[in-house]
Amino acid sequence: MATNPMTQFEVYRIGPEIKVGAFDISFTNASLFMIISSLSILIIFNLGSKKNSLLPNKIQLLAELSYTFVSKMISDTAGSKAKPYFSFIFSLFMFVLFCNMFGMIPYTFTVTSHIIVTFMLASFIFIGVTIIGFLKHGFGYLKLFVPSGVPVILLPLIVIIEIISYLSRPISLSVRLFANMMAGHTMMKVFGGFVISLGLIGGWLPLSFSVALTGLEILVAFLQAYVFAILTCIYLNDALNLHH
Amino acid sequence: MIKKIFFQSIFFNLFFFKEVFGAESGGMPQLNTEFWISQIFWLTITFGVLYIILSKLILPKISLNLELRKSQIQDNIEAAEKQRENSEAKLKEFDDIITKSKLRAKNIYQEAREKAFKEINLKRETLDKQIEEEIKKVEQEIKLLKKSAPGKINKIAIESASELVKELIGAEVNSSSISAIVDDLSKRNGDKYYGN
Repeated sequence: MATNPMTQFEVYRIGPEIKVGAFDISFTNASLFMIISSLSILIIFNLGSKKNSLLPNKIQLLAELSYTFVSKMISDTAGSKAKPYFSFIFSLFMFVLFCNMFGMIPYTFTVTSHIIVTFMLASFIFIGVTIIGFLKHGFGYLKLFVPSGVPVILLPLIVIIEIISYLSRPISLSVRLFANMMAGHTMMKVFGGFVISLGLIGGWLPLSFSVALTGLEILVAFLQAYVFAILTCIYLNDALNLHH
Repeated sequence: MIKKIFFQSIFFNLFFFKEVFGAESGGMPQLNTEFWISQIFWLTITFGVLYIILSKLILPKISLNLELRKSQIQDNIEAAEKQRENSEAKLKEFDDIITKSKLRAKNIYQEAREKAFKEINLKRETLDKQIEEEIKKVEQEIKLLKKSAPGKINKIAIESASELVKELIGAEVNSSSISAIVDDLSKRNGDKYYGN
């Protein structure tokens, strides 16, 4: 196969090189799609909240359905205490969702297919949740690592496992999203390459696969945004309502 | 149609040819650290701006809209409920009025009937009295007549007898002797002829 499916993930500079000290903060295609996603979210939700009619129009209905969807998700997983973090989780869900969805358009760049982006989001969540936990419960938050009803002999082992699992949260959270997006897009590209290399006679099978994969990838794009947001809610729930 | 697809596929084959062979570099671009700082920087800016605008401007508006709609719908439901209650009360009132008026109509009818009966009875009584009086009067008259009848008959008998005698024998007969005979006869057969 002649095609390199990883080309689509390459970041390149748009415009001049901008340097602040030793850091290169040039505007890239990744930055462009971050801005496009954020702007689309802002435009859609601004239009959806502009006027309040008793019978909402389509865009207002979209905005209000998203609002109730996210707010229900938060109250189901993290309870009523998580209400102050609603805006953050809503922004997070919408940002990831829009970045994923914009990645589904051919010739676009998928922001969330980069480990650094997802890892930054995940580590921000991780640090934030840890701070919230310590603020709410003081050192009692460390009880999270000591599950109740465990034999004393097993306790050191369990505590170590719990600590490792807690510390690996940002990694699992970020790698899940990044790997899903990258794998899906790579697979689509590979099948697209097959269509071209097999030509008019044999290309129909990979083409149909590609079409099916597009549907699947749209589902994955939504699902991964949902999973990302709901895992954030679950971590927040651990910090807010200490169960152990 | 097939020709068109054929040419299109050839065109796209050529179009992708450059793309496909253009960038042939190994490894994952994700692990290329060249643009990591730039991505972190732009992510912070875009996500930060998105979060601030959403949380400060847009989400409160949406939640306000939702609450307003909820309260408006609640108000409408309450108003509808009130109107329903009102209409039920009105319906009850209407029913009451109808039953009351029915009762009144019945009463009026009863009263009128009673009154009419009373009047009829009164009239009948007076009529009966009148009739009785009349009957009494007539009876009295009849009695009077009956009483006076034998005398008159005797008188007529005496007269006719005297006339007859006069015609028969051509002589005047003393009326007193005739009357004595008639009286005697009438006394003897009075019951027979003028039954009382």
